[in-house]
Amino acid sequence: MDFHLTPEEEAFRAEVRAFLDANLPPGTNTASFGFLSEWNRKLREKRWIGFSWPKEVGGGGGSLMQQVILKEEMAKRKAPPLGTCFMGLAWVGPAIVQYGTDEQKRRFIPDILDGRVQWCTGYSEPGAGSDLAALQCRGVRDGSHYVVNGQKIWTSIAMWSQWMILLVRTDPNAKVKHDGITCLLVEMSTPGITVRPLKNMSGGTMFSEVFFDDVRVPVENRLGVEGDGWRVTISALANERSGIAEVEGLRRNLDALRDLARRTERRGRKALEDPTIRRRIVRAEARIEAMRLNGMRFLTRQLRGEPLGSETSINKLHRATLEVDLGELAIELQGSAGLVTGRDAADGGRWQRFALNWPEVVIGGGTPNIQKNIIAERILGLPHD
Amino acid sequence: MNFGFTEEQELLRDGVRKFLAERCPMSEVRRLSETAEGFSRDLWLETARLGWPGLAVAEEYGGAGQGFVDLVVLLEETGRALHPSPLLSTTLAGVAISDSGSEAQRARWLPGLASGETIGTVALLEASDFPGADGVRLEARRDADGLVLDGEKRFVADGAAADLFVVACRIEGSPVLAIVDRGATGLETVDVPCIDSTKRLATLRLGGVRISRDAVLSGRPGDEALERLVDRGAAAVSAEMLGAADAALALTVAYAKERIQFGSPIGRFQGVKHPLAELYVDVESSKSLLHDAAWALDQGAADASKAVSLAKAYATETFSRLGIDVVQLHGGIGYTWEYDAQLYLKRAKWARPAFGDADHHYDRAAALGGM
Ligand SMILES: Cc1cc2nc3c(=O)[nH]c(=O)nc-3n(C[C@H](O)[C@H](O)[C@H](O)COP(=O)(O)OP(=O)(O)OC[C@H]3O[C@@H](n4cnc5c(N)ncnc54)[C@H](O)[C@@H]3O)c2cc1C
Repeated sequence: MDFHLTPEEEAFRAEVRAFLDANLPPGTNTASFGFLSEWNRKLREKRWIGFSWPKEVGGGGGSLMQQVILKEEMAKRKAPPLGTCFMGLAWVGPAIVQYGTDEQKRRFIPDILDGRVQWCTGYSEPGAGSDLAALQCRGVRDGSHYVVNGQKIWTSIAMWSQWMILLVRTDPNAKVKHDGITCLLVEMSTPGITVRPLKNMSGGTMFSEVFFDDVRVPVENRLGVEGDGWRVTISALANERSGIAEVEGLRRNLDALRDLARRTERRGRKALEDPTIRRRIVRAEARIEAMRLNGMRFLTRQLRGEPLGSETSINKLHRATLEVDLGELAIELQGSAGLVTGRDAADGGRWQRFALNWPEVVIGGGTPNIQKNIIAERILGLPHD
Repeated sequence: MNFGFTEEQELLRDGVRKFLAERCPMSEVRRLSETAEGFSRDLWLETARLGWPGLAVAEEYGGAGQGFVDLVVLLEETGRALHPSPLLSTTLAGVAISDSGSEAQRARWLPGLASGETIGTVALLEASDFPGADGVRLEARRDADGLVLDGEKRFVADGAAADLFVVACRIEGSPVLAIVDRGATGLETVDVPCIDSTKRLATLRLGGVRISRDAVLSGRPGDEALERLVDRGAAAVSAEMLGAADAALALTVAYAKERIQFGSPIGRFQGVKHPLAELYVDVESSKSLLHDAAWALDQGAADASKAVSLAKAYATETFSRLGIDVVQLHGGIGYTWEYDAQLYLKRAKWARPAFGDADHHYDRAAALGGM
């Protein structure tokens, strides 16, 4: 057991810190357009966007440990995200790097790295959520095109995206429902696509329904071979890893919550002096710390060359619990003032927003029940239900 | 960066596991738990020859000179086997003396503890039941010849078997740790029946027991010595707990694959598989917290106490729930005397208050974190 970094790793960390000192001094307005475009240009120069991807496609070829160091240092300084094309960087790009043709790599990867396009993810359907492989949206080969008909739902940022990674059923007669699914890369401006935004419980419109009516997708925009769409996309989803970067975000929320409890009167004393509140805060701290250390264990295994499998569900469950618990605690400790929203609320209404946004993390990407099934079946070896 | 065990540590784990599977299987655990002493002297000496009680004792005093991480590996395995033995107590007595004794004190007591010739234990608790300096009232009175102890220490693990006691007391109000010998005049131990029959408890009565000045551990200030002993005790108990938790979970998972109801293994039902998945998450997370805490203790890290408290609190909550669920998920058979589920439930009861329960350690972690 040894948490120390090697001299090379220390040197890389120093490089990241020096970059942050120079480019993100305290008090920087990280929301301004001017700052952000400069910031992204400099990150690109460093090749820290798509840092894990091979150098041939324009990535940084960063080692596993360097990736962790980069993410951690960035998170500690509350730096804006590494790149602006969130889904492109998180799973579309990795899938293209792994399964795409050279032409597809040339065509799509630079735009993802430079943030020139936005990608969305068309997997879920009204009849296919947790049971994603039950998807019915059809793709029928017609000469040099696939003709797509059907519907997707919960498609995040569909209305701001130029491209979609789409799963369609090309062989409805496949014996196993996971076969017969094909992955297509679809330009959102193609005729026949209708995007209808959905309002969520926090009042925002982040996801949409997407309808496909005889949408013609050129065959050269198929990713991987026909019928292999499940493997192409699911293996790329598994790229989301140890969760160490999320830990920093959770810690920051916990610090802010502790600070709120220190300022808030509750039943005649400061909320932080209430033993049950204190205990709930420190319980959350233990869980966050467990997440961080679990992440270190997973990372150690990866560094030893063992692939990461279903273990990532462990931290996904912790994160789901924490997102809900922290929101509830923050609202509850304020008592009736917890009902107030908007700028008059404590911390500008941050906690009321927080307490209405947890489904993004808890439901999106697989619900807690599904994570428990994964752990029970793939790690503990219990029978499939 | 490496958050895993070394090859030597994995070898230690395998060796201990194989030895106990062979020499002290569950049938032997049950047999021993019904004997008067509760453990086998022969087996104790054999494990001593294998170096178990001396694992964390420095080589110059006859030990193996290993750290707390290694100790965690050993205790996870004795916990997994529910091995009835004064190992935990003797180890902690040795840890207290190594950590807080003077050179001369180490040379005097450690060789016997490392060789297994001396069985040691720590006597921390009193009527207050508070595992820390604030709970210690017992005063070592000064007189012309030295110090005199008059009072009682409670819930002393392996008290009946112990030859040597590390006693928390006060001298003129300041907390200290003092070594008291079994042979001291006025010393008496009274067995207390314990909910977990694989563990032994006693009350230590001290009726005018005389100790000399040089029996007071003098390597560091007493309050610090005591707090450090609580850290190490809590971490050691957590290690035994998590080994047992692993075993209890494995037992239940195996049963869930085997037991058929409604035409399928019960492990197919989410009412069974989901609690098992949750417990797995919590057991693994407890291990992560504990292994980090053990490493922090070895490094002398500034936040080691807090790391220990988070680990003990989390592990205690996990194992307490597991103890109940193991029985419940087995149905009727889980409630029987013959089946092992009950042994884990009782071990969970034993481990909960040992060196502080979850509430105690969450509060301690909060205070240490500046809350
Ligand atoms: C904010 C947000 C953003 C999203 N963004 C996207 C996106 O960009 N692209 C995309 O394709 N999808 C997206 N999703 C969809 C998301 O992946 C699905 O919502 C999710 O997989 C659950 O599917 P569902 O909503 O159909 O619920 P269902 O699958 O119908 O689940 C309903 C309930 O039943 C439970 N359940 C279902 N099956 C089982 C089972 N076998 N065992 C036990 N319990 C079960 C679930 O846990 C849940 O509690 C997003 C969702 C949210 C909330």
